[in-house]
Amino acid sequence: MARLVEIRWHGRGGQGVKTAALLLAEAVAAAGKFIQGFPEYGPERMGAPVLAFNRISDEPITIHSHVKEPGVVVVMDPTLIGSVDVTEGLPEDGVIVINTSESPQKIRGKLGLCGRKVYTVDASQIALGTLGQAIPNTPMMGALIRATGLIGFDRFMDLVQGLLAEKFKSKPEVIKGNLQAIERAYQEVTGE
Amino acid sequence: MGKRVALTGNEAIAFAMRQIDPDVVAAYPITPQTDIVQYFSSFVADGEVKTEFVTVESEHSAMSATLGASAAGCRAMTATSSNGLALMWEVVYITASFRLPVVMPVVNRALSAPINIHCDHSDSMGARDSGWIQLYSENAQEAYDNVIQALRIAEHADVRLPVMVCSDGFIISHSMQNLELLEDEKVKAFIGEYKSDYYLLDVDNPLTMGALDLYDFYFEHKRQQAEAMVNAKRVILDVGKEFGLLSGREYGFFEKYRLDDAEIALVVMGSTAGTAKAAVNQLREQGIRAGLLKLRVFRPFPHEELKATLSGLKAVAVMDRAESFSTLGGPLFTELRSALYGEPGAPPVVDHIYGLGGRDIGVEDIIWIYEDLQGIAEKGTLRAPVNYLGVRE
Repeated sequence: MARLVEIRWHGRGGQGVKTAALLLAEAVAAAGKFIQGFPEYGPERMGAPVLAFNRISDEPITIHSHVKEPGVVVVMDPTLIGSVDVTEGLPEDGVIVINTSESPQKIRGKLGLCGRKVYTVDASQIALGTLGQAIPNTPMMGALIRATGLIGFDRFMDLVQGLLAEKFKSKPEVIKGNLQAIERAYQEVTGE
Repeated sequence: MGKRVALTGNEAIAFAMRQIDPDVVAAYPITPQTDIVQYFSSFVADGEVKTEFVTVESEHSAMSATLGASAAGCRAMTATSSNGLALMWEVVYITASFRLPVVMPVVNRALSAPINIHCDHSDSMGARDSGWIQLYSENAQEAYDNVIQALRIAEHADVRLPVMVCSDGFIISHSMQNLELLEDEKVKAFIGEYKSDYYLLDVDNPLTMGALDLYDFYFEHKRQQAEAMVNAKRVILDVGKEFGLLSGREYGFFEKYRLDDAEIALVVMGSTAGTAKAAVNQLREQGIRAGLLKLRVFRPFPHEELKATLSGLKAVAVMDRAESFSTLGGPLFTELRSALYGEPGAPPVVDHIYGLGGRDIGVEDIIWIYEDLQGIAEKGTLRAPVNYLGVRE
Protein backbone atom coordinates (compact mmCIF):
# COMPACT_ATOMS: atom_id res chain seq x y z
CA MET A 1 0.00 0.00 0.00
CA ALA A 2 1.16 3.52 -0.77
CA ARG A 3 2.15 5.72 2.16
CA LEU A 4 -1.10 7.70 2.05
CA VAL A 5 -4.32 6.76 0.25
CA GLU A 6 -6.97 9.46 -0.16
CA ILE A 7 -10.52 8.50 -1.08
CA ARG A 8 -13.43 10.66 -2.21
CA TRP A 9 -16.97 9.28 -2.00
CA HIS A 10 -19.71 10.71 -4.20
CA GLY A 11 -23.35 10.01 -3.57
CA ARG A 12 -26.70 11.53 -2.81
CA GLY A 13 -28.12 12.45 0.57
CA GLY A 14 -29.71 9.31 2.04
CA GLN A 15 -27.45 6.77 0.32
CA GLY A 16 -25.23 6.36 3.36
CA VAL A 17 -22.14 8.10 1.98
CA LYS A 18 -21.02 9.39 5.37
CA THR A 19 -21.72 6.05 7.03
CA ALA A 20 -19.60 4.24 4.43
CA ALA A 21 -16.63 6.59 4.90
CA LEU A 22 -16.78 6.34 8.69
CA LEU A 23 -17.34 2.58 8.70
CA LEU A 24 -14.41 2.04 6.35
CA ALA A 25 -12.24 4.28 8.55
CA GLU A 26 -13.25 2.41 11.66
CA ALA A 27 -12.62 -0.98 10.11
CA VAL A 28 -9.16 -0.23 8.74
CA ALA A 29 -8.25 1.56 11.99
CA ALA A 30 -9.06 -1.66 13.82
CA ALA A 31 -6.63 -3.36 11.42
CA GLY A 32 -3.90 -1.02 12.71
CA LYS A 33 -3.96 1.68 10.02
CA PHE A 34 -3.96 5.40 10.63
CA ILE A 35 -7.17 6.90 9.31
CA GLN A 36 -9.43 9.88 8.81
CA GLY A 37 -13.06 9.71 7.75
CA PHE A 38 -15.16 12.82 7.26
CA PRO A 39 -18.11 14.04 5.24
CA GLU A 40 -18.33 17.41 3.59
CA TYR A 41 -21.01 19.42 5.35
CA GLY A 42 -23.05 21.85 3.31
CA PRO A 43 -26.73 22.27 2.59
CA GLU A 44 -27.44 18.50 2.58
CA ARG A 45 -30.85 17.11 1.99
CA MET A 46 -32.25 13.86 0.68
CA GLY A 47 -31.19 13.36 -2.93
CA ALA A 48 -28.68 16.22 -3.16
CA PRO A 49 -25.09 15.44 -4.22
CA VAL A 50 -22.89 14.83 -1.17
CA LEU A 51 -19.24 14.00 -0.56
CA ALA A 52 -17.26 12.14 2.06
CA PHE A 53 -13.55 11.48 2.37
CA ASN A 54 -10.99 9.09 3.80
CA ARG A 55 -7.30 9.27 4.41
CA ILE A 56 -5.61 5.94 5.14
CA SER A 57 -1.94 5.53 5.91
CA ASP A 58 0.65 3.36 7.62
CA GLU A 59 1.91 6.49 9.39
CA PRO A 60 0.13 9.05 11.60
CA ILE A 61 -1.88 11.60 9.60
CA THR A 62 -1.65 15.22 10.70
CA ILE A 63 -3.12 16.97 7.64
CA HIS A 64 -6.63 18.34 8.22
CA SER A 65 -7.34 19.99 4.87
CA HIS A 66 -9.78 18.91 2.17
CA VAL A 67 -8.85 16.00 -0.11
CA LYS A 68 -8.16 17.61 -3.49
CA GLU A 69 -6.39 14.87 -5.46
CA PRO A 70 -7.90 11.58 -4.32
CA GLY A 71 -6.14 8.45 -5.55
CA VAL A 72 -9.48 6.64 -5.26
CA VAL A 73 -12.98 7.87 -6.13
CA VAL A 74 -16.17 5.95 -5.31
CA VAL A 75 -19.42 6.93 -7.04
CA MET A 76 -22.53 5.55 -5.36
CA ASP A 77 -24.98 7.02 -7.83
CA PRO A 78 -24.34 6.88 -11.60
CA THR A 79 -26.81 9.70 -12.24
CA LEU A 80 -24.22 12.06 -10.76
CA ILE A 81 -22.07 11.54 -13.84
CA GLY A 82 -22.55 14.54 -16.06
CA SER A 83 -23.75 16.87 -13.31
CA VAL A 84 -20.82 16.43 -10.90
CA ASP A 85 -17.19 16.19 -12.05
CA VAL A 86 -16.49 12.88 -10.34
CA THR A 87 -13.00 12.56 -11.85
CA GLU A 88 -11.81 15.97 -10.65
CA GLY A 89 -8.27 15.72 -9.29
CA LEU A 90 -8.04 11.97 -10.01
CA PRO A 91 -4.37 11.35 -10.86
CA GLU A 92 -3.04 9.26 -13.80
CA ASP A 93 -2.68 6.18 -11.59
CA GLY A 94 -6.02 6.79 -9.87
CA VAL A 95 -8.86 4.32 -9.37
CA ILE A 96 -12.58 5.04 -9.80
CA VAL A 97 -15.27 2.62 -8.61
CA ILE A 98 -18.82 3.21 -9.83
CA ASN A 99 -22.19 1.76 -8.86
CA THR A 100 -23.78 1.00 -12.23
CA SER A 101 -25.10 -1.88 -14.29
CA GLU A 102 -22.89 -0.76 -17.17
CA SER A 103 -19.44 -2.11 -18.05
CA PRO A 104 -16.22 -0.34 -17.10
CA GLN A 105 -15.57 0.23 -20.80
CA LYS A 106 -18.87 1.98 -21.36
CA ILE A 107 -18.49 4.13 -18.26
CA ARG A 108 -14.96 5.03 -19.32
CA GLY A 109 -16.45 6.37 -22.55
CA LYS A 110 -19.11 8.36 -20.68
CA LEU A 111 -16.47 9.89 -18.44
CA GLY A 112 -14.13 10.52 -21.38
CA LEU A 113 -11.43 9.03 -19.21
CA CYS A 114 -7.99 7.90 -20.45
CA GLY A 115 -5.63 5.96 -18.23
CA ARG A 116 -6.65 5.29 -14.62
CA LYS A 117 -8.51 2.18 -13.55
CA VAL A 118 -12.29 2.03 -13.89
CA TYR A 119 -14.32 -0.49 -11.88
CA THR A 120 -18.07 -1.01 -11.98
CA VAL A 121 -20.50 -3.03 -9.92
CA ASP A 122 -24.30 -3.01 -9.74
CA ALA A 123 -24.37 -2.24 -6.03
CA SER A 124 -27.97 -0.98 -6.01
CA GLN A 125 -29.18 -4.31 -7.45
CA ILE A 126 -27.02 -6.22 -4.95
CA ALA A 127 -28.45 -4.16 -2.10
CA LEU A 128 -31.99 -4.79 -3.31
CA GLY A 129 -31.31 -8.52 -3.36
CA THR A 130 -29.59 -8.77 0.00
CA LEU A 131 -31.08 -5.91 2.02
CA GLY A 132 -34.40 -5.38 0.29
CA GLN A 133 -33.62 -1.74 -0.42
CA ALA A 134 -31.31 0.00 -2.90
CA ILE A 135 -28.89 1.52 -0.36
CA PRO A 136 -25.55 0.89 -2.03
CA ASN A 137 -23.12 2.02 0.65
CA THR A 138 -22.04 -1.28 2.18
CA PRO A 139 -21.65 -3.16 -1.15
CA MET A 140 -19.55 -0.27 -2.47
CA MET A 141 -17.17 -0.89 0.43
CA GLY A 142 -16.70 -4.45 -0.83
CA ALA A 143 -16.03 -3.20 -4.37
CA LEU A 144 -13.57 -0.64 -3.00
CA ILE A 145 -11.60 -3.26 -1.08
CA ARG A 146 -11.35 -5.39 -4.24
CA ALA A 147 -10.29 -2.44 -6.42
CA THR A 148 -7.68 -1.09 -4.00
CA GLY A 149 -6.49 -4.01 -1.86
CA LEU A 150 -6.46 -1.63 1.12
CA ILE A 151 -6.52 -4.60 3.47
CA GLY A 152 -7.13 -8.33 3.08
CA PHE A 153 -10.79 -9.12 2.38
CA ASP A 154 -11.25 -11.78 5.08
CA ARG A 155 -9.75 -9.49 7.70
CA PHE A 156 -11.97 -6.65 6.49
CA MET A 157 -15.09 -8.83 6.73
CA ASP A 158 -14.21 -9.89 10.29
CA LEU A 159 -13.78 -6.27 11.34
CA VAL A 160 -16.95 -5.04 9.61
CA GLN A 161 -18.94 -7.87 11.14
CA GLY A 162 -17.79 -6.77 14.61
CA LEU A 163 -18.61 -3.13 13.91
CA LEU A 164 -22.06 -3.89 12.47
CA ALA A 165 -22.84 -6.14 15.43
CA GLU A 166 -22.01 -3.21 17.71
CA LYS A 167 -24.00 -0.65 15.68
CA PHE A 168 -27.07 -2.79 15.07
CA LYS A 169 -27.51 -4.28 18.55
CA SER A 170 -31.17 -3.32 18.38
CA LYS A 171 -31.81 -4.68 14.85
CA PRO A 172 -29.39 -7.57 14.28
CA GLU A 173 -31.47 -8.79 11.30
CA VAL A 174 -29.75 -6.25 8.98
CA ILE A 175 -26.22 -7.48 9.74
CA LYS A 176 -26.32 -10.62 7.63
CA GLY A 177 -27.74 -8.82 4.57
CA ASN A 178 -25.06 -6.15 4.74
CA LEU A 179 -22.29 -8.73 4.98
CA GLN A 180 -23.74 -10.62 2.01
CA ALA A 181 -23.94 -7.36 0.06
CA ILE A 182 -20.29 -6.57 0.73
CA GLU A 183 -19.23 -10.08 -0.25
CA ARG A 184 -21.26 -10.12 -3.47
CA ALA A 185 -19.96 -6.71 -4.57
CA TYR A 186 -16.41 -7.88 -3.82
CA GLN A 187 -17.00 -10.90 -6.08
CA GLU A 188 -18.93 -9.14 -8.84
CA VAL A 189 -16.99 -5.93 -9.36
CA THR A 190 -15.11 -5.79 -12.67
CA GLY A 191 -12.44 -3.41 -13.84
CA GLU A 192 -10.22 -2.40 -16.71
CA MET B 1 -1.82 0.94 27.93
CA GLY B 2 -5.05 2.55 26.81
CA LYS B 3 -7.44 1.34 24.19
CA ARG B 4 -6.80 2.35 20.57
CA VAL B 5 -10.01 3.43 18.86
CA ALA B 6 -11.32 5.47 15.93
CA LEU B 7 -13.69 8.24 16.99
CA THR B 8 -14.80 11.67 15.84
CA GLY B 9 -13.73 14.63 17.96
CA ASN B 10 -17.22 14.97 19.39
CA GLU B 11 -17.38 11.26 20.25
CA ALA B 12 -14.02 11.56 21.99
CA ILE B 13 -15.21 14.55 24.05
CA ALA B 14 -18.49 12.85 24.96
CA PHE B 15 -16.52 9.76 25.99
CA ALA B 16 -14.29 11.86 28.25
CA MET B 17 -17.46 13.30 29.82
CA ARG B 18 -18.76 9.76 30.35
CA GLN B 19 -15.56 8.86 32.20
CA ILE B 20 -15.71 12.07 34.23
CA ASP B 21 -19.37 11.37 35.10
CA PRO B 22 -20.17 14.95 36.22
CA ASP B 23 -22.89 15.50 38.80
CA VAL B 24 -24.77 17.83 36.46
CA VAL B 25 -24.70 18.53 32.72
CA ALA B 26 -26.99 21.22 31.36
CA ALA B 27 -26.74 21.72 27.62
CA TYR B 28 -28.52 22.86 24.51
CA PRO B 29 -27.65 21.43 21.10
CA ILE B 30 -26.05 23.60 18.43
CA THR B 31 -24.12 22.60 15.31
CA PRO B 32 -21.35 21.41 15.40
CA GLN B 33 -21.43 20.65 19.12
CA THR B 34 -24.72 18.70 18.86
CA ASP B 35 -23.18 15.21 18.85
CA ILE B 36 -21.60 15.79 22.26
CA VAL B 37 -24.97 16.46 23.83
CA GLN B 38 -26.58 13.64 21.85
CA TYR B 39 -23.98 11.02 22.79
CA PHE B 40 -23.87 12.17 26.39
CA SER B 41 -27.64 12.03 26.71
CA SER B 42 -27.53 8.38 25.54
CA PHE B 43 -24.96 7.64 28.26
CA VAL B 44 -27.45 9.14 30.72
CA ALA B 45 -30.38 7.19 29.27
CA ASP B 46 -28.38 3.94 29.30
CA GLY B 47 -27.36 4.44 32.91
CA GLU B 48 -23.65 4.62 32.08
CA VAL B 49 -23.34 7.83 34.12
CA LYS B 50 -25.11 9.05 37.23
CA THR B 51 -25.28 12.61 35.89
CA GLU B 52 -28.37 14.76 36.33
CA PHE B 53 -28.89 15.86 32.73
CA VAL B 54 -30.81 19.12 32.42
CA THR B 55 -32.43 19.81 29.07
CA VAL B 56 -32.80 23.57 28.82
CA GLU B 57 -34.46 25.93 26.37
CA SER B 58 -31.41 27.99 25.39
CA GLU B 59 -27.70 28.39 25.94
CA HIS B 60 -28.28 31.25 28.36
CA SER B 61 -30.21 28.76 30.47
CA ALA B 62 -27.59 26.04 29.89
CA MET B 63 -24.84 28.22 31.32
CA SER B 64 -27.12 29.45 34.11
CA ALA B 65 -28.09 25.94 35.19
CA THR B 66 -24.46 24.84 35.01
CA LEU B 67 -23.44 27.83 37.10
CA GLY B 68 -26.18 27.09 39.61
CA ALA B 69 -25.15 23.46 39.94
CA SER B 70 -21.49 24.38 40.33
CA ALA B 71 -22.32 27.05 42.93
CA ALA B 72 -24.31 24.43 44.82
CA GLY B 73 -21.14 22.34 45.06
CA CYS B 74 -21.53 19.98 42.10
CA ARG B 75 -19.09 19.06 39.36
CA ALA B 76 -20.95 20.64 36.44
CA MET B 77 -20.29 20.76 32.70
CA THR B 78 -21.86 22.07 29.54
CA ALA B 79 -20.78 22.39 25.89
CA THR B 80 -21.50 24.80 23.07
CA SER B 81 -20.49 26.43 19.78
CA SER B 82 -20.66 29.78 18.04
CA ASN B 83 -23.92 31.68 18.59
CA GLY B 84 -24.67 29.40 21.53
CA LEU B 85 -21.60 30.75 23.29
CA ALA B 86 -22.66 34.26 22.29
CA LEU B 87 -26.06 33.72 23.89
CA MET B 88 -24.38 32.49 27.11
CA TRP B 89 -22.32 35.66 27.28
CA GLU B 90 -23.64 37.27 30.46
CA VAL B 91 -23.37 34.07 32.45
CA VAL B 92 -19.97 33.14 31.00
CA TYR B 93 -18.47 36.15 32.77
CA ILE B 94 -20.42 35.45 35.98
CA THR B 95 -19.19 31.84 36.11
CA ALA B 96 -15.58 33.01 35.99
CA SER B 97 -16.19 35.80 38.48
CA PHE B 98 -17.85 33.35 40.90
CA ARG B 99 -14.65 31.30 40.56
CA LEU B 100 -16.61 28.20 39.60
CA PRO B 101 -14.60 25.32 38.10
CA VAL B 102 -16.96 24.59 35.21
CA VAL B 103 -15.46 22.78 32.21
CA MET B 104 -17.02 23.55 28.83
CA PRO B 105 -16.00 22.02 25.51
CA VAL B 106 -16.36 24.69 22.80
CA VAL B 107 -16.56 23.27 19.30
CA ASN B 108 -15.33 26.28 17.36
CA ARG B 109 -17.65 27.69 14.72
CA ALA B 110 -17.94 31.05 12.99
CA LEU B 111 -20.33 33.62 14.44
CA SER B 112 -23.25 34.95 12.43
CA ALA B 113 -23.83 36.90 10.20
CA PRO B 114 -23.77 35.69 7.46
CA ILE B 115 -24.88 32.39 8.92
CA ASN B 116 -22.14 29.78 8.68
CA ILE B 117 -21.77 26.44 10.45
CA HIS B 118 -18.05 25.90 9.81
CA CYS B 119 -14.93 26.46 11.82
CA ASP B 120 -13.20 29.58 12.89
CA HIS B 121 -12.19 30.81 16.33
CA SER B 122 -14.32 33.94 16.49
CA ASP B 123 -16.63 32.40 19.12
CA SER B 124 -14.03 31.50 21.74
CA MET B 125 -11.78 34.44 20.84
CA GLY B 126 -14.67 36.75 21.65
CA ALA B 127 -14.69 35.21 25.13
CA ARG B 128 -10.96 35.65 25.64
CA ASP B 129 -11.40 38.40 28.23
CA SER B 130 -14.17 36.64 30.17
CA GLY B 131 -11.83 35.14 32.76
CA TRP B 132 -11.97 31.54 31.50
CA ILE B 133 -8.90 29.46 30.89
CA GLN B 134 -8.74 28.42 27.22
CA LEU B 135 -7.11 25.27 25.87
CA TYR B 136 -6.99 24.58 22.10
CA SER B 137 -6.79 21.08 20.59
CA GLU B 138 -5.12 19.93 17.37
CA ASN B 139 -7.09 16.70 17.00
CA ALA B 140 -9.54 14.33 18.70
CA GLN B 141 -6.82 12.91 20.95
CA GLU B 142 -5.93 16.33 22.29
CA ALA B 143 -9.58 17.31 22.72
CA TYR B 144 -10.10 14.16 24.83
CA ASP B 145 -6.90 14.69 26.83
CA ASN B 146 -7.63 18.39 27.36
CA VAL B 147 -11.13 17.78 28.72
CA ILE B 148 -9.75 15.40 31.36
CA GLN B 149 -6.92 17.74 32.34
CA ALA B 150 -9.28 20.74 32.39
CA LEU B 151 -11.13 19.32 35.40
CA ARG B 152 -7.95 19.19 37.46
CA ILE B 153 -6.85 22.67 36.38
CA ALA B 154 -10.25 24.26 37.04
CA GLU B 155 -10.76 22.64 40.44
CA HIS B 156 -7.27 23.35 41.82
CA ALA B 157 -7.53 25.44 44.99
CA ASP B 158 -5.05 28.02 43.64
CA VAL B 159 -7.04 28.43 40.44
CA ARG B 160 -10.82 27.90 40.79
CA LEU B 161 -11.53 29.16 37.29
CA PRO B 162 -13.67 27.72 34.51
CA VAL B 163 -12.01 26.18 31.44
CA MET B 164 -13.04 26.16 27.79
CA VAL B 165 -11.65 23.23 25.83
CA CYS B 166 -11.68 24.32 22.19
CA SER B 167 -11.65 22.04 19.16
CA ASP B 168 -12.23 22.89 15.51
CA GLY B 169 -15.82 22.45 14.33
CA PHE B 170 -16.30 19.74 11.65
CA ILE B 171 -12.56 19.52 10.93
CA ILE B 172 -12.10 17.75 14.26
CA SER B 173 -15.61 17.38 15.66
CA HIS B 174 -16.96 15.37 12.71
CA SER B 175 -13.78 13.71 11.47
CA MET B 176 -13.07 10.16 12.55
CA GLN B 177 -9.49 9.83 13.76
CA ASN B 178 -7.30 7.38 15.66
CA LEU B 179 -6.87 7.98 19.34
CA GLU B 180 -6.09 6.20 22.54
CA LEU B 181 -8.58 6.19 25.39
CA LEU B 182 -7.58 5.79 29.00
CA GLU B 183 -9.25 3.18 31.18
CA ASP B 184 -12.27 4.48 33.14
CA GLU B 185 -10.66 3.83 36.51
CA LYS B 186 -7.48 5.67 35.52
CA VAL B 187 -9.47 8.75 34.52
CA LYS B 188 -11.52 8.58 37.72
CA ALA B 189 -8.35 8.28 39.84
CA PHE B 190 -6.71 11.15 37.93
CA ILE B 191 -9.58 13.61 38.39
CA GLY B 192 -10.47 12.40 41.91
CA GLU B 193 -13.61 13.19 43.87
CA TYR B 194 -14.68 16.81 43.69
CA LYS B 195 -15.21 18.50 47.03
CA SER B 196 -15.92 22.20 46.80
CA ASP B 197 -14.57 24.32 49.66
CA TYR B 198 -17.16 27.04 49.20
CA TYR B 199 -20.67 26.12 48.08
CA LEU B 200 -24.19 27.34 48.60
CA LEU B 201 -25.63 24.09 49.97
CA ASP B 202 -23.07 24.02 52.79
CA VAL B 203 -25.61 24.89 55.49
CA ASP B 204 -23.02 24.85 58.26
CA ASN B 205 -21.03 27.58 56.54
CA PRO B 206 -23.56 29.84 54.88
CA LEU B 207 -22.22 32.19 52.24
CA THR B 208 -23.42 34.59 49.58
CA MET B 209 -22.47 34.54 45.92
CA GLY B 210 -23.14 37.37 43.52
CA ALA B 211 -23.65 40.05 46.15
CA LEU B 212 -23.53 43.74 45.30
CA ASP B 213 -19.90 44.78 45.18
CA LEU B 214 -19.29 48.43 44.31
CA TYR B 215 -16.15 50.55 44.33
CA ASP B 216 -15.33 49.27 47.80
CA PHE B 217 -14.26 45.72 46.81
CA TYR B 218 -15.08 44.97 43.14
CA PHE B 219 -11.57 45.95 42.06
CA GLU B 220 -9.96 43.62 44.61
CA HIS B 221 -12.10 40.75 43.38
CA LYS B 222 -10.97 41.36 39.81
CA ARG B 223 -7.36 41.52 41.01
CA GLN B 224 -7.82 38.11 42.65
CA GLN B 225 -9.17 36.70 39.39
CA ALA B 226 -6.08 37.98 37.61
CA GLU B 227 -3.91 36.35 40.27
CA ALA B 228 -5.75 33.05 39.84
CA MET B 229 -4.91 33.22 36.12
CA VAL B 230 -1.22 33.66 37.04
CA ASN B 231 -1.46 30.63 39.36
CA ALA B 232 -3.10 28.64 36.58
CA LYS B 233 0.17 28.64 34.65
CA ARG B 234 1.95 26.48 37.23
CA VAL B 235 -1.07 24.23 37.69
CA ILE B 236 -1.47 23.71 33.92
CA LEU B 237 2.15 22.55 33.72
CA ASP B 238 1.88 20.31 36.80
CA VAL B 239 -1.31 18.68 35.53
CA GLY B 240 0.20 18.31 32.03
CA LYS B 241 3.22 16.49 33.48
CA GLU B 242 1.11 14.21 35.65
CA PHE B 243 -1.11 13.43 32.69
CA GLY B 244 2.04 12.54 30.76
CA LEU B 245 2.99 9.97 33.39
CA LEU B 246 -0.50 8.50 33.15
CA SER B 247 -0.89 8.45 29.38
CA GLY B 248 2.54 8.93 27.82
CA ARG B 249 1.28 12.22 26.39
CA GLU B 250 2.69 15.18 28.31
CA TYR B 251 1.23 18.64 27.77
CA GLY B 252 2.65 22.14 28.26
CA PHE B 253 1.69 25.62 27.14
CA PHE B 254 2.69 24.83 23.59
CA GLU B 255 4.24 22.16 21.40
CA LYS B 256 7.50 22.89 19.62
CA TYR B 257 7.71 21.11 16.27
CA ARG B 258 11.18 21.13 14.66
CA LEU B 259 11.61 24.51 16.29
CA ASP B 260 14.90 24.18 18.19
CA ASP B 261 17.17 24.78 15.19
CA ALA B 262 14.63 26.74 13.13
CA GLU B 263 15.33 30.14 11.57
CA ILE B 264 11.71 30.95 10.72
CA ALA B 265 8.61 29.80 12.54
CA LEU B 266 4.85 29.74 12.48
CA VAL B 267 2.60 30.17 15.53
CA VAL B 268 -0.84 28.60 15.16
CA MET B 269 -3.62 26.98 17.22
CA GLY B 270 -5.97 24.08 16.56
CA SER B 271 -6.18 21.62 13.67
CA THR B 272 -4.17 23.82 11.28
CA ALA B 273 -1.11 23.02 13.38
CA GLY B 274 -1.36 19.44 12.10
CA THR B 275 -1.49 20.57 8.48
CA ALA B 276 1.43 22.91 9.21
CA LYS B 277 3.52 19.97 10.46
CA ALA B 278 3.26 18.39 7.01
CA ALA B 279 4.35 21.72 5.47
CA VAL B 280 7.34 21.92 7.84
CA ASN B 281 8.38 18.40 6.90
CA GLN B 282 8.31 19.26 3.19
CA LEU B 283 10.32 22.44 3.71
CA ARG B 284 12.87 20.63 5.88
CA GLU B 285 13.42 18.15 3.04
CA GLN B 286 14.38 21.14 0.90
CA GLY B 287 16.85 22.27 3.55
CA ILE B 288 14.72 25.19 4.76
CA ARG B 289 14.96 25.57 8.52
CA ALA B 290 11.26 25.98 9.22
CA GLY B 291 9.73 25.35 12.63
CA LEU B 292 6.32 25.41 14.26
CA LEU B 293 4.95 26.51 17.60
CA LYS B 294 1.49 25.11 18.29
CA LEU B 295 -0.10 27.15 21.06
CA ARG B 296 -2.32 25.08 23.36
CA VAL B 297 -2.95 27.56 26.16
CA PHE B 298 -4.28 30.95 25.05
CA ARG B 299 -5.61 31.95 28.50
CA PRO B 300 -3.49 32.46 30.51
CA PHE B 301 -1.26 33.74 27.72
CA PRO B 302 2.21 32.23 28.31
CA HIS B 303 4.01 35.40 27.27
CA GLU B 304 7.29 34.78 29.09
CA GLU B 305 7.71 31.30 27.65
CA LEU B 306 6.75 32.46 24.16
CA LYS B 307 9.24 35.32 24.37
CA ALA B 308 12.02 32.99 25.50
CA THR B 309 11.23 30.51 22.73
CA LEU B 310 10.74 32.88 19.80
CA SER B 311 13.42 35.53 20.47
CA GLY B 312 16.41 34.93 18.22
CA LEU B 313 14.37 33.61 15.28
CA LYS B 314 14.78 35.55 12.04
CA ALA B 315 11.04 35.96 11.42
CA VAL B 316 7.75 34.66 12.82
CA ALA B 317 4.33 34.32 11.20
CA VAL B 318 1.14 34.09 13.25
CA MET B 319 -2.01 32.44 11.92
CA ASP B 320 -5.22 33.86 13.35
CA ARG B 321 -8.53 32.08 12.68
CA ALA B 322 -10.46 35.12 13.90
CA GLU B 323 -10.74 38.77 12.93
CA SER B 324 -10.68 41.28 15.77
CA PHE B 325 -11.60 44.29 13.58
CA SER B 326 -8.94 46.32 15.37
CA THR B 327 -7.34 46.96 11.93
CA LEU B 328 -4.17 45.51 13.46
CA GLY B 329 -4.66 41.80 12.95
CA GLY B 330 -6.15 38.96 14.95
CA PRO B 331 -5.99 38.39 18.70
CA LEU B 332 -3.09 35.92 18.69
CA PHE B 333 -0.97 38.29 16.63
CA THR B 334 -1.52 41.37 18.79
CA GLU B 335 -0.84 39.49 22.01
CA LEU B 336 2.22 37.70 20.69
CA ARG B 337 3.73 40.85 19.23
CA SER B 338 3.03 42.66 22.47
CA ALA B 339 4.84 39.90 24.37
CA LEU B 340 7.87 40.28 22.10
CA TYR B 341 7.87 44.09 22.11
CA GLY B 342 11.08 45.66 23.37
CA GLU B 343 12.86 42.32 23.64
CA PRO B 344 16.38 42.45 22.18
CA GLY B 345 16.54 40.10 19.20
CA ALA B 346 12.76 40.03 18.80
CA PRO B 347 11.92 38.83 15.29
CA PRO B 348 9.62 40.69 12.91
CA VAL B 349 6.11 39.19 13.21
CA VAL B 350 3.54 39.01 10.43
CA ASP B 351 -0.11 38.00 10.82
CA HIS B 352 -2.14 35.85 8.46
CA ILE B 353 -5.86 35.87 9.10
CA TYR B 354 -7.12 32.64 7.56
CA GLY B 355 -9.87 30.06 7.40
CA LEU B 356 -12.79 32.27 8.43
CA GLY B 357 -16.11 30.47 8.07
CA GLY B 358 -14.28 27.19 7.44
CA ARG B 359 -12.30 28.26 4.35
CA ASP B 360 -9.99 25.32 3.65
CA ILE B 361 -6.32 25.66 4.45
CA GLY B 362 -3.95 23.32 2.65
CA VAL B 363 -0.28 22.40 3.00
CA GLU B 364 0.44 24.59 -0.05
CA ASP B 365 -1.08 27.66 1.67
CA ILE B 366 1.19 27.15 4.66
CA ILE B 367 4.24 26.63 2.45
CA TRP B 368 3.43 29.99 0.86
CA ILE B 369 3.46 31.57 4.33
CA TYR B 370 6.91 30.12 5.02
CA GLU B 371 8.21 31.31 1.63
CA ASP B 372 6.89 34.79 2.39
CA LEU B 373 8.56 34.51 5.79
CA GLN B 374 11.92 33.75 4.16
CA GLY B 375 11.65 37.07 2.33
CA ILE B 376 10.84 38.86 5.59
CA ALA B 377 13.80 37.17 7.29
CA GLU B 378 16.16 38.30 4.51
CA LYS B 379 14.99 41.91 4.52
CA GLY B 380 14.26 42.13 8.26
CA THR B 381 11.14 44.19 7.52
CA LEU B 382 7.48 43.56 6.73
CA ARG B 383 5.55 44.59 3.65
CA ALA B 384 2.40 44.85 5.76
CA PRO B 385 1.75 43.50 9.27
CA VAL B 386 -1.52 41.78 8.37
CA ASN B 387 -2.39 39.55 5.41
CA TYR B 388 -5.69 37.86 4.62
CA LEU B 389 -4.72 34.41 3.41
CA GLY B 390 -6.42 33.20 0.24
CA VAL B 391 -9.24 35.73 0.31
CA ARG B 392 -10.71 37.24 -2.87
CA GLU B 393 -10.00 40.99 -2.76
